[in-house]
Amino acid sequence: MTVYTATLQNGAEISYVDRKRWLWLLSVTYPLQALLGILFHHLSGQQAWLLLPLALSYILAPTLDWILGEDRNNPPEEVVPQLNEDHYYRYLTYAVVPLHFVALIVAAWWASTQNLNWWAYCGLAIIAGMGSGLGINTGHELGHKKSRLERNLAKIVLAVPAYGHFWIEHNRGHHRDVSTPSDPASSRMGESIYKFALREIPGAFKRACEIEVERLNRKGSAIWSYENEILQSFAITAVLQISLILAFGWQMIVFLMLHNFFAWWQLTSANYVEHYGLLRRILEDGKFERCQPHHSWNSNHIYSNLVLFHLERHSDHHAHPLRRYQSLRHIDDVPQLPSGYFGSYLLAYVPPLWFKIMDKRLLGLSQVAGDLNNVNIDPDRRRSLFARYGQTDLQQTTGGSQP
Amino acid sequence: MSSFRCPECGYTYSEELGDSREGYAPATPFAELPDDFVCPDCSVRYKEDFEQIVEQT
Ligand SMILES: [Zn+2]
Repeated sequence: MTVYTATLQNGAEISYVDRKRWLWLLSVTYPLQALLGILFHHLSGQQAWLLLPLALSYILAPTLDWILGEDRNNPPEEVVPQLNEDHYYRYLTYAVVPLHFVALIVAAWWASTQNLNWWAYCGLAIIAGMGSGLGINTGHELGHKKSRLERNLAKIVLAVPAYGHFWIEHNRGHHRDVSTPSDPASSRMGESIYKFALREIPGAFKRACEIEVERLNRKGSAIWSYENEILQSFAITAVLQISLILAFGWQMIVFLMLHNFFAWWQLTSANYVEHYGLLRRILEDGKFERCQPHHSWNSNHIYSNLVLFHLERHSDHHAHPLRRYQSLRHIDDVPQLPSGYFGSYLLAYVPPLWFKIMDKRLLGLSQVAGDLNNVNIDPDRRRSLFARYGQTDLQQTTGGSQP
Repeated sequence: MSSFRCPECGYTYSEELGDSREGYAPATPFAELPDDFVCPDCSVRYKEDFEQIVEQT
């Protein structure tokens, strides 16, 4: 058992044991769930077992979140430097990287060699995609760090879901613009997840390219060169996915298209629930206020946090983007999602239900105080939402415009 | 030549060294970085948030 000790300012000695230490192994094994379905299919001969991971994410996870509830414990700030320097935690994030490749390759091999029904074939592709979507989460944790090794591993793991631009888009774009009207990765009040996806997926790619081209131009480097960090990751994607097509035949193209789309859809789902309707104020100098904990929706649900490297403690993450997952804190009085991410995704997939539950939560936040002028609203819904709530749109009356 | 530090994450821009990854040549003064410069490591602090490091001589 690893015990961290530190001395408080008042001279008192404290000791701390991280009770989640070994439970973080769940985040390492969770992306392998496609293989669990394959194992049960192999043992039973029933193709329906391949769909088991759908039940794990959308029935078991929300149920466990509901039963096990929330965890509001934080490590004492005095031991956080030791917790960050304990390399065990980062080794777990390194260990998942090859597992993402293994999961995709085995699923592709199984899909193309087992004479599956069309629905089992497509189902396995979608489930493999959901697993690779977790690779974006792995890449997210790694890509926020300063070390060259972690950044390179981020680019490598992001090649599996074919999302190599994410590292730049997220760190340099989304974190800068989060909870502002111009951010394609922050969802707006009144915007369904389906409408959001059509803005987010192309918008994020465009912003990543703009940021990288700007950097390469400053350096005087060619855009089509090895220095382009988006191309580095997509080059690995090309090698991986073309190899799968060569090895397993042309029907792999359908498999990979479904796989890639559902991997991206995992990220879209996360982005959708993470900042819905939240809006940073504009300061006197015309810039947005710096990102605060109340500019993210948070969830402290134990189980889903343990399979997502604490991603759901999102308020602390955006306020302090380099903080390592094991050290992310619960913060009092920040926006709270009704469930962990998997349960929240299910709500989001049924827009009337999502709006009913979340619009009320959003307007009840202390920074919003029931005033739609403090909300990031879908421009197409702006007029009708102000009319429905009987409020005056200050942008209309002052003729003001959003930057 | 001074250095400027991000108060959030500790990224330090040294005017002497510039930042080759970001495409700022050595001896580029901090003042000449773009007005919309944000911290290259955390992206949540702007140019005006950076703190000048007093040289120890
Ligand atoms: Zn910084």
